[in-house]
Amino acid sequence: MIYYVGSFGLIIIGLYIVLTKRNLIKVIIGLDLFETGIFLLLICTGYVKGGTAPIFSNAKLTSALMVDPVPQALVLTAIVIGVATLALALSLAIRLYHHYGTLDLRKIRELKW
Amino acid sequence: MRKIISIILLAILTIGVVYCLKEIPFGETQSQVRRYYINNGIKHTGATNIVTSVVVNYRGFDTLGEVTVLFLAAIGLSAVLYREGKRQKKEGRRSSLILYTGCRFLFPLILLFGTYIFIHGHLTPGGGFQGGAIIASGFLLTMLGCWKWGGVNKIGFKITESIAGLIFVVVGLLGLLYGGYFLFNYLPKGVPNELFSAGIIPIIYVAIGFKVGSELSGVLDNLIEES
Amino acid sequence: MILEILLVMVMLVAAISAGIFKNLLNAVIAAGFVSFIAAILFFLLHAPDVAMAEASIGAALTVAIFIIALKKTKRYEDDEENN
Repeated sequence: MIYYVGSFGLIIIGLYIVLTKRNLIKVIIGLDLFETGIFLLLICTGYVKGGTAPIFSNAKLTSALMVDPVPQALVLTAIVIGVATLALALSLAIRLYHHYGTLDLRKIRELKW
Repeated sequence: MRKIISIILLAILTIGVVYCLKEIPFGETQSQVRRYYINNGIKHTGATNIVTSVVVNYRGFDTLGEVTVLFLAAIGLSAVLYREGKRQKKEGRRSSLILYTGCRFLFPLILLFGTYIFIHGHLTPGGGFQGGAIIASGFLLTMLGCWKWGGVNKIGFKITESIAGLIFVVVGLLGLLYGGYFLFNYLPKGVPNELFSAGIIPIIYVAIGFKVGSELSGVLDNLIEES
Repeated sequence: MILEILLVMVMLVAAISAGIFKNLLNAVIAAGFVSFIAAILFFLLHAPDVAMAEASIGAALTVAIFIIALKKTKRYEDDEENN
């Protein structure tokens, strides 16, 4: 139950930073927090009480009670894609700074050509 | 003004999500797919790590799509930061003797650790993506500590990444020849918990490990040496 | 039970402070700390693969990429006019 509150709190905080902050790099930091909250929420839904990690050890090869392996596969893919997206966004921010001289979102919206 | 509107929107989102999450109690998942994968995982693939068999064997096509997205992001970053014209060679300050020697000593150990993680991906927790990230952080250490010795070679990164991606697709196409569909598991499955078991899964993870490692190192190199 | 409640509260405090700091270097380090605590929570939820991926990618490589990007742009967030 506490995991739901924690992951949802991260989502709300990340969305608030993306919506209201003015510095471009702060918006990208908020995007990173938002993605981490989503990953926590996905893994929470696959938990089984009294379960263990989905790996067969050498001792016994019979199936005990295990947690759900499908959300873990999804999140593994999503983490790597998240870091690639973050690198691309930061490279665009660097180019914007070289071109306009500032990182304030309101000034960039007003400058024309 | 902007803050008030965003707080109202977030309140509406909170009410909606709390209303939906009350139906899902924590700790009792009701999916039937999980039982099928856990019960028949070893029989179909031979890998004892169930998450690996889901990522590479049962949902292998999604992994191919994700490798493509990584490739596109790396190419996009290199294209955005391209600066034509004069590029003077910046003479970096040589770091002190302790830092230089320490980085030279640690770099092969980090590479060995990353290689161990992605070779044993089907037996222990780990796999291609984690091992590739560890290899990239090893290269970051040499870029920061011992620049002159590292001698990062951009052409080497690009050739490794392309060849590793090609191996993944070729192994899948060979599965199309032998079996009926793309990424069919055609090598013998062997005994569980051995190193050479589980068909084509170790081969694909080795290719993914090389690809992710060289890709992230190329991204870091592009970012450091941009201007 | 107490361990999980403590970890989640520390994580939420770090996330709030990542939005408040004016010095962008401090905000980036707070975001890395949130990723680190999330890796510990992934381990407590019995998911070792995801914990390893989040710890190596989210807590190390993301912070490194942010710091390199900060070096080429400004480091302080200026607010010259009111909201």
